[in-house]
Amino acid sequence: MLQASDITYTYNGGLKLVFPNISCPTGQHWLLLGQSGSGKTTLLHLLAGLRTPTTGSVSIGGTDISKLRASRLDKFRGKNIGIVFQEPHFMRALNVEENLALTQSLSGQKVDKKKIHTLLDRLNIAHKLKSDTSALSQGEKQRVAIARALINDPVLILADEPTSALDDKNTREVISLLEEQATAAGATLLVVTHDNRLREQFPNQITL
Amino acid sequence: MNLITLSWKNLTSKPWMTLLSVVLFALGVGLISLLFLLEHQLQEKFEKNLAGIDLVVGAKGSPLQLILSSMYHIDAPTGNISLKEAKPFLNPKHPLIAKAVPLSMGDSYRAYRIIGTTHDFVDLYEAEIASGKIWEQNFEVTIGHGVALDLGLKIGDKFSSSHGLMDDDDFAHDDAESFVVVGILEPSGSVIDQLILCTPQSFWLVHDHEEEAPAGEHDHDSHAEGAHPTSSIPHPASLLKEDPNKQITALLLKFKGKSYQALNMQRNINENTEMQAATPAIEITRLFNLMDAGEQALRILAMVIIFVSGLSVFISLYSSLRDRRYELALMRVSGATPAQLFLLIIMEGLILAIVGWTVGMVLSHGGMQIFAGVMKTSYRYAFSGLQFLPREWYLLFGALAIGFVAAVIPAIQASRTDISETLAEGK
Repeated sequence: MLQASDITYTYNGGLKLVFPNISCPTGQHWLLLGQSGSGKTTLLHLLAGLRTPTTGSVSIGGTDISKLRASRLDKFRGKNIGIVFQEPHFMRALNVEENLALTQSLSGQKVDKKKIHTLLDRLNIAHKLKSDTSALSQGEKQRVAIARALINDPVLILADEPTSALDDKNTREVISLLEEQATAAGATLLVVTHDNRLREQFPNQITL
Repeated sequence: MNLITLSWKNLTSKPWMTLLSVVLFALGVGLISLLFLLEHQLQEKFEKNLAGIDLVVGAKGSPLQLILSSMYHIDAPTGNISLKEAKPFLNPKHPLIAKAVPLSMGDSYRAYRIIGTTHDFVDLYEAEIASGKIWEQNFEVTIGHGVALDLGLKIGDKFSSSHGLMDDDDFAHDDAESFVVVGILEPSGSVIDQLILCTPQSFWLVHDHEEEAPAGEHDHDSHAEGAHPTSSIPHPASLLKEDPNKQITALLLKFKGKSYQALNMQRNINENTEMQAATPAIEITRLFNLMDAGEQALRILAMVIIFVSGLSVFISLYSSLRDRRYELALMRVSGATPAQLFLLIIMEGLILAIVGWTVGMVLSHGGMQIFAGVMKTSYRYAFSGLQFLPREWYLLFGALAIGFVAAVIPAIQASRTDISETLAEGK
């Protein structure tokens, strides 16, 4: 499903990172552990097609995304990859529902309000449908961010340090939400973190 | 949730910045549009009222004043001329003159001017009778559409005239015979809509009558009147048969053709008589040239405002880019292409331009409508704020072009957002 072979990335400054090969079968949940500065975020961006690897290739569901160019890669990412970031950010001018609707339409899909409502309901924040995103609590923001990552039924969910700002209770909640939703959607989940609290929850681990 | 909606939401989420840009756009566009409207409608009015008149003859004074008073009825007459001097032009056998229309002016009714003239005056403006008939006898009046509408005059109504051109009861000819409305003209869009028409003899009778009375003496300088009292004639005779010592105010002349002699007539009159002659076309061109300088200045001012509005759009979009970098990166993550981000920002510039143009149009046409009310009370000229000109569409394209140009640099910046770096910065 997610396959990264022989990828390296060279920064403008000349610093070269070599990454281990990754192979995550469909529907499995993986943890990618690495200390700060080990290039975790860079690797996540490479896997999401936000950066192009200097050498090697990344393939998702059989598509070699390092060979996709420009706008086709953008559309592929919008449709197939959901990303949850460490800090949940949203379009400030839009409310919760509109943020999700925008994510739907940018990936080239029709806006499906019913689907948005169902998803928010599943994440227990349906009552925040019309709220400004700035009015949400940290936990609520993280849920909306997860909803945004899931709304287009991606085959791959990437989570970048989703728990580093959360306490133990919220960490457990967010991780189980991610795992539940990924399982429900049949998507492959890869959590990138330096958070050792997550070690026990993921049998499949890669260490940088 | 398409890009236009998103652009709109982005703009409304920072209302003060948006308001500033819109107000500046609206001021610039509104000012230019108002100038268009004024220029167009003034020109239209002046040209329509030229009515094919080649030469205006009246008392010595400013030629522009003579034209304005006797053709546009917006200034005081330069004075009177004696019928003796005017008679040669009134002769129907005059070899060069196709039509000569005498005008007696100086009186009014509730600020609408009363003009003593012949039926040729109606033909000059191609006006038609809407109801009643044309004036025949002394003290019968046929009134323009605008007069009837504004004063609510109907056929059979009577009124006394007032001395002078202002609405002033102190100068009413109280003891003069009452004028009676016998006809109302169709609306023609020319100055005749705002006039009250009667025989030239009526004028003399009003003032003769007054002179017999001991009180109520006024300065009669610019007044059509006779030296000797004349008895009231039921059917007034042609002016040619009237006492040559009587006075009229001006003559409107139409030539048979533009011959050499006709062109010389103006100089002859100015050099050899107590009268002056002025060419409407020349005087009006002079007037427009005078106005043009002021208009030019206003137009430059409008351009500067529009330029500043473009600058404000640019600054507002450019400065917001820094705050929006993360949002733009998020959009890319969700599948937006660089071209879509470019469009998003361009759209914001265009929306500002369209809203600004719309508000500007409302301002200029609303302003014109208010101005029309003022012009109507002070000059009896009907302007309209409801007229739309094709030029105003060009103004929309101009506004769109400025909105586009102002947005293009921020839009290029937006489309070049480095997603990975922006996201890694975490802000």
